[in-house]
Amino acid sequence: MTEEIIIAGFGGQGVLSMGKILAYSGIMQDQEVSWMPSYGPEMRGGTANVTVILSDERISSPVLNAFDTAIILNQQSMDKFEKTIKPGGTLLYDPNGITHHPTRKDIKIYRIQAAEASAAMGNTKTFNMIVLGAFLKIKPIVLMENVEKGLKKSLPVRHHKLIPMNMEAITKGAEIVEEVA
Amino acid sequence: MKELKLMKGNEAVAEAAIRAGADAYFGYPITPQSEVLEYLMAERPYERTGMVVLQAESEVAAINMVYGGAACGKKVITSSSSPGISLKMEGISYIAGAELPCVILNVVRGGPGLGTIQPSQSDYFQATKGGGHGDYRLIVLAPASVQEMADHVKLGFDLAFKYRNPVMILSDGVIGQMMEKVELFEQMPRLSDEEVAANYPWATTGKPAGVPHRIITSLELDSSKQEKHNHHLQEKYRKIQENETMYEAIQTEDAEYLIVAFGSSARISQKAIDMARAKGIKVGMIRPITLFPYPSEIINKLADQVKGILTVEMNAGQMIEDVKLAVNGKVKVEHFGRFGGMIPNPEEVVKALEQKIIGG
Repeated sequence: MTEEIIIAGFGGQGVLSMGKILAYSGIMQDQEVSWMPSYGPEMRGGTANVTVILSDERISSPVLNAFDTAIILNQQSMDKFEKTIKPGGTLLYDPNGITHHPTRKDIKIYRIQAAEASAAMGNTKTFNMIVLGAFLKIKPIVLMENVEKGLKKSLPVRHHKLIPMNMEAITKGAEIVEEVA
Repeated sequence: MKELKLMKGNEAVAEAAIRAGADAYFGYPITPQSEVLEYLMAERPYERTGMVVLQAESEVAAINMVYGGAACGKKVITSSSSPGISLKMEGISYIAGAELPCVILNVVRGGPGLGTIQPSQSDYFQATKGGGHGDYRLIVLAPASVQEMADHVKLGFDLAFKYRNPVMILSDGVIGQMMEKVELFEQMPRLSDEEVAANYPWATTGKPAGVPHRIITSLELDSSKQEKHNHHLQEKYRKIQENETMYEAIQTEDAEYLIVAFGSSARISQKAIDMARAKGIKVGMIRPITLFPYPSEIINKLADQVKGILTVEMNAGQMIEDVKLAVNGKVKVEHFGRFGGMIPNPEEVVKALEQKIIGG
């Protein structure tokens, strides 16, 4: 199994930390992982993205031009990354703020109303975990128990009290993700 | 159980420095390597092992603190990125001239000048051909993973002390900033003052009565003595070439074409090789792990086997000169590069291989 993922959105949406939790979850089940951020000027209010690879084999390039899955959380990222999904690949997006919806016919497209659901849960910081839950429902590449272990590794101890809330958000995301095409 | 961590390359260097029993880190922040200093400050190794962590007032100050620490037989390390390394070059030349051990990390960014903060490999010449003045060589290591970032710190210190020579770890913004799984080596003890004095007869550790002066200097105004010293240095570099050359050969057994690439370019090229082989193109790779000494011999040998060689570098064509020297005209050697902070993707590498080597 090799899953090549791009997660892209605004800085502040938790894109990089979602990638980190996913990578740590992979380590918890003995996978090879890489996490390659796009950093620098792009971080200041612009788009932030991270390439995450989970694999049973040694990972070659951490830098990719084509992805199995794109998780897209704003319009700029849709414009940039919809075309980079491999034929037969997966696009997961939050329609909040999207004006030009994806048009490709050769990929599977899913929608997650994560901004809306996180607001309804009363904590918009759970946004990225709702998205992660949706992704793991579509592609269960890591076991839920390993995600919880990944969260523990990824978060500083002082934030461990937030883990149940994050797991709840992941469950929520898995419940409400919808297939579009 | 193995201790596995998810770390950035820069953080792995910092943690490895503590574990290698380093006595001090002297540095000055610059993107894309600031995590080294940040990690050390957060980790407070002065409480863990007694290691000094100091943010100097400038790169020039930092490298001269390294010079001083190394002269006392201490295990010292510094890090910077391209423009900062240029500032350190005077000190690096002095350290090479005075034959002192230290480890210098360069997390290369695009240049020239202040350039960009994005990844590059455009400091290959500077690292391998002497960025400072004088006839000297650094031992240059080229990590291609976060694991190697950690391992090369330990290896770097070993080589630095074995040969009394500065070692540069030539990394780049990709390897420095990305996170991967790392298995960390066990904490090694720092040497006591007595152990330093006993192990390193050259180190300036104080002068008891009856012991001759030990003088650390790179100055020699008598040219005949300077020439003799330079001969000694060249002899040392020859020994290093003989004994310490390291490379990884990937799918070279049946290769009809060869890619030569180091660091993150080698990772990207590895994927390109998988893609090319899926198309039936028999291509392999030599990944130099040491850039000085350079693995010329294996490249020369493979030049008898392959129809063409492509170097893949994040620069306008630097390592290609060493490949051409190794190949000595036996086969065509071409270069593919992206630079100025742009990173090549595997598809581009396959295309370059097809157009410049196979079709060309």
